[in-house]
Amino acid sequence: MAGENNGASTFQFKMPEIKFTKLFINGRFVDAVSGRTFETRDPRTGDVIASIAEGDKEDVDLAVRAAREAFDHGEWPRMSGSERGRIMTRFADLVEKHTDMLALLDSLDAGKLAAATKMFDIAATAGSLRYFAGAADKIHGETLKMQGQFHGYTLREPIGVAGIIIPWNMPCTMFGTKVAPALAAGCTVVVKPAEQTPLSALYLADLAKQAGIPDGVMNVVPGFGSTAGAAIASHMNVDTVSFTGSTEVGRLIMEASARSNLKPVFLELGGKSPLVIFDDADIDMAVELAINANLFNKGEICVSATRVYVQEGIYDQFEKKLTESLKSWVVGDPFDPRVNQGPQIDKTQYERVLNYIEHGKREGATVLTGGKPCGQKGYCIEPTIFTNVMDDMTIAKEEIFGPVMCLMKFKTVEEAIERANDTVYGLSAGVVTKDMDVANRVLRSVRAGMVWVNCYMVVCSDCPFGGRKMSGFGKDEGMHALDKFLVVKSVVTPLRGSPWM
Amino acid sequence: MASERDSGSKERPEEEQQQGGVAFETPEIKFTKLFIDGRFVDAVSGRSERGRIITRFADLVEQHADELAALESLDAGKQPAVTKALDIAAAAGSLRYFAGAADKIHGETLKMRGPFQGYTLREPIGVAGLIIPWNFPSTMFGIKVAPALAAGCTMVVKPAEQTPLSALYLAHLAKEAGIPDGVINVVPGFGPTAGAAIASHMQVDMVSFTGSTEVGRLIMEASARSNLKPVSLELGGKSPLIIFQDADLDMAVELAITANLFNKGEACVAASRVYVQESIYDRFEKKLTESLKSWIVGEPFSDPLVRQGPQVDKNHYERVLSYIERGKREGATILTGGKPCCQKGYYIQPTVFTGVKEDMVIAKEEIFGPVMCLMKFKTVEEAIERANDTTYGLGAGVVTKDMDVANRVVRSVRAGVVWVNCYFALCSDCPFGGRKMSGFGKDEGMHALDKFLAVKSVVSPLRGSPWM
Repeated sequence: MAGENNGASTFQFKMPEIKFTKLFINGRFVDAVSGRTFETRDPRTGDVIASIAEGDKEDVDLAVRAAREAFDHGEWPRMSGSERGRIMTRFADLVEKHTDMLALLDSLDAGKLAAATKMFDIAATAGSLRYFAGAADKIHGETLKMQGQFHGYTLREPIGVAGIIIPWNMPCTMFGTKVAPALAAGCTVVVKPAEQTPLSALYLADLAKQAGIPDGVMNVVPGFGSTAGAAIASHMNVDTVSFTGSTEVGRLIMEASARSNLKPVFLELGGKSPLVIFDDADIDMAVELAINANLFNKGEICVSATRVYVQEGIYDQFEKKLTESLKSWVVGDPFDPRVNQGPQIDKTQYERVLNYIEHGKREGATVLTGGKPCGQKGYCIEPTIFTNVMDDMTIAKEEIFGPVMCLMKFKTVEEAIERANDTVYGLSAGVVTKDMDVANRVLRSVRAGMVWVNCYMVVCSDCPFGGRKMSGFGKDEGMHALDKFLVVKSVVTPLRGSPWM
Repeated sequence: MASERDSGSKERPEEEQQQGGVAFETPEIKFTKLFIDGRFVDAVSGRSERGRIITRFADLVEQHADELAALESLDAGKQPAVTKALDIAAAAGSLRYFAGAADKIHGETLKMRGPFQGYTLREPIGVAGLIIPWNFPSTMFGIKVAPALAAGCTMVVKPAEQTPLSALYLAHLAKEAGIPDGVINVVPGFGPTAGAAIASHMQVDMVSFTGSTEVGRLIMEASARSNLKPVSLELGGKSPLIIFQDADLDMAVELAITANLFNKGEACVAASRVYVQESIYDRFEKKLTESLKSWIVGEPFSDPLVRQGPQVDKNHYERVLSYIERGKREGATILTGGKPCCQKGYYIQPTVFTGVKEDMVIAKEEIFGPVMCLMKFKTVEEAIERANDTTYGLGAGVVTKDMDVANRVVRSVRAGVVWVNCYFALCSDCPFGGRKMSGFGKDEGMHALDKFLAVKSVVSPLRGSPWM
């Protein structure tokens, strides 16, 4: 049974001053046109952290206008890539300098483990900025082999104003992976952070200004999806939208684009990723992987390996070791360094996860461990493992986005592949085996955008990240992440009097 | 003199040679397969095998060029000689180009942070829905089907209801070429029924569409509501052709005519807005009118002197005529044309409007017929601004001898293809596609494959390796 420390902390924690609570448009922090604000809450307790200006359609219009002007007439797209790179590098430096504060803001806003946020999330944010800072002057087109006497080449140019809508699970990281390539490409951006987690985006906006990013190039408009988010997706002057979030909202964004100006959209959506563990796996390593793959960031990760398939030869041992390992798993205040898992992000999500757990029980799955909320206040849920799960149960098909694992048994590699692929999603997958042939076979057969072999959640700036099927399309990270923010222009002219083509 | 040895011997008398005084015979080569797991097996040729079949398909298209050109021209009012030389050649060309690409679909190895091996695989996305228009039926079939096949996808093609004939013929040739059953399926029908069914099908993994902007919207919407399949849209245009005062006037006139009247104006990249710098404007107008005097509109099969056939069908014919009437009502001047012609069928005179204001409907909306808006400009800044003042972003043309002017305009226009001192020059290696409301995604070129591929990243730990 997972340990807890009641949500109330014996750990000393000082609430920081929340300096930035307004919209960031055209280089200044401003109130919403309507004057409205909304509250962002601390999931450890449900208490209000701060009131934030609530951006709506009028505010998005102002932000887009600033971004449009900065793109059409400003210096940012006309700078050389290396100049843009230098400013972005300064931005990365500032992010690193302010790591503690950014980690604090994200952990507070989202219930994340403070130490992990500092080590992974903020490091990844700065990492993306540095990676794309270095890419800005390496955006190559091609010369073509035309049929006939023509000189042909392509230019890859910034697409214009990019709408960037980011989720609440890894606020800084998401900001970094989307904003960095957009900036490197020479685009200007309007960022809408999730309403649950507006704090770090506003702090980052101030750092961007300090770094020398010109006014209007980066705008941040906190607000709600159905108002501010929708306004961006349907704006006639936004040239592309990059979105990470739920599949349902992904649909709305694509539809809004189709009805407005047919802007290309890139969607990174949900998942129900399989982790397939073979008989020859190192069981201790496999157990640890399964735990991390499900409970990292309290299960609020799109690539969580929520369907764990263990080959029958080691199943009983695996189940035993898994249960044993989780006995020392501590759920509680994420600022306490002894805690392994903080609260879910907010009340809505907390109730949603608990609902799924109840559903699983009703469907007839067995609760191996967990299955209940914990702590007196806030949104903590015990790490929960279901066994005796049928593939057609809701808990095996729908994305729960919480600390809930479905543990299943399989016989053969063919069966494992078939069941792994039996999902509408296609985000990621994991394989654990020492056998190279089994590994190669499974990784070629699974329909996923990302496959980890004998590891999980290993990502980095050079590794393209994104799914297929109903997990969406388009990649973040890697040089091809730039493609979302570029348009390709072919240029053709006749070659006259040249013996060579 | 051939020697009589056992059958199967590959020796030839000329290969008997003296080597250090010892004659030897070329031995029979008995073992020509791979030896794996104790057995001789054929190579699993995979990708290059697809290339060979696609090449056979291209061969058959070329062999049947006359029939295809005839079908096409009949269905769409095109000129057979031109259709054979350009359209069918382009279809075969795309097939050959992508046949050669099939075994060159590379992923990348990555530079991971930390001791990990990372690489990407580019894999076929699955079942592709291909919805093609009526203006260049075979070419469109070729440029969409070829990369889909090369990538390893299977497909459902819906040709336009106005022009189903060549697609069905091509399906027959595909089967003859050895494309396995089920890989290429052709379903003629209407947009709101068959087309919509493809766009909203839960088992179609992507859609590539060329056609009108309005239908492009419906396809994207249908995808959003069904299974979120990625879509690639090549839509309308209102492309500008900018002619500077240093241009070769005769060449510029010819370009403007071709850019507007080729294929009776039924081309997405038609340069329907022609901007001529003021100091050569009057001469340009004069030469244009003169040239068009000998422009023959008529039945494209019988008379080789005909330059322009009928519009594709009644609907479209009426649409173009109503735009012409609109232009007259809006106050533009008819320089030449402006009326239907010939006793029957859907023929329209090549029509040039002058005195056109930028906010007129004829200057903003895509007419898709033999109608040119001819306008005057002063400075390069003005030309660029007016060229970009459109919701579209498909093609653009610049005519000038000045390299700096050319470069400036090329870089400033918001279009997917820019032609300098030429127009319509395209080929299999040249990416084709627009931006803004002309859509997104490219046909032709190696990147046309991207639409049909899913990128998979694979990461595993590196253990005990001092090098990363």
